[in-house]
Amino acid sequence: MAERPEDLNLPNAVITRIIKEALPDGVNVSKEARRAISQAASVFVLYATSCANNFAMKAKRKTLNAGDVLAAMEEMEFERFLEPLREALEVYKKGQKGKKEVLEQKRKDKERKADSENDKSREDEEEEEEEEEEEVERMEEEPEAENEAEEEVEN
Amino acid sequence: MKMSQNNPDKDDQTSSNRKTISLPISRVRLIMKSSPDVSSINQDALFLTTKATELFVQHLALSSFNNGSGKETKSLSYSDLAKTAEETETFHFLADILPKKILARDYLKSLEQMQEEEADF
Repeated sequence: MAERPEDLNLPNAVITRIIKEALPDGVNVSKEARRAISQAASVFVLYATSCANNFAMKAKRKTLNAGDVLAAMEEMEFERFLEPLREALEVYKKGQKGKKEVLEQKRKDKERKADSENDKSREDEEEEEEEEEEEVERMEEEPEAENEAEEEVEN
Repeated sequence: MKMSQNNPDKDDQTSSNRKTISLPISRVRLIMKSSPDVSSINQDALFLTTKATELFVQHLALSSFNNGSGKETKSLSYSDLAKTAEETETFHFLADILPKKILARDYLKSLEQMQEEEADF
């Protein structure tokens, strides 16, 4: 919960950087304008959340998911964000998966080192681990498939 | 070190992932949760909202600059934003928090000043 009202602001330094990157070089943005954009961004988050929440409620879900947010963008007439959002989400998901795999790999390497003198047991373990990994991936994909099904029903 | 040699692709993905959003997800979550009827938000929805907010900031800044009065002086002012909120359909929801400065108060003030100045003469 937000205890102070300023907790509902977005960090000024980051907002300023995003504005700068969006505008041509050398444009001066007044302090008042920066503050206004930052406030607008907070309002945007609330508006998007409320729209997305309506979609979730209609589908009788308690948890907001990616489909709800994308539907909210459409409702708010920010269709232009849909494509970049989908792309970013894909990269993000790959990154999350990559992180998991890197951790898994680290664990394997560690175990491999420990077992390096016992070749037979190492091979057995490796096989087992690969199976485990596949299972984790399958589990991750399932809830998403569900969400997509829900969306289709809704439409 | 060993890791990056083994998995150059994966390392690239992780670093590009870091770059995809610059606003803090935790702060966006706090704002979302301040909405009374939201119970929970999954990770992807949180990421998308954060990313959308960044796109929104870019879009609002650029639209206001392009429609605004500061193109020649290379500046973006509050009044450019207020104008965009008033005139652009998609930004209309901002009209309440970005009111166009109606200069009634200033106008009255300047009227007063003029009267005072006249009285002085």
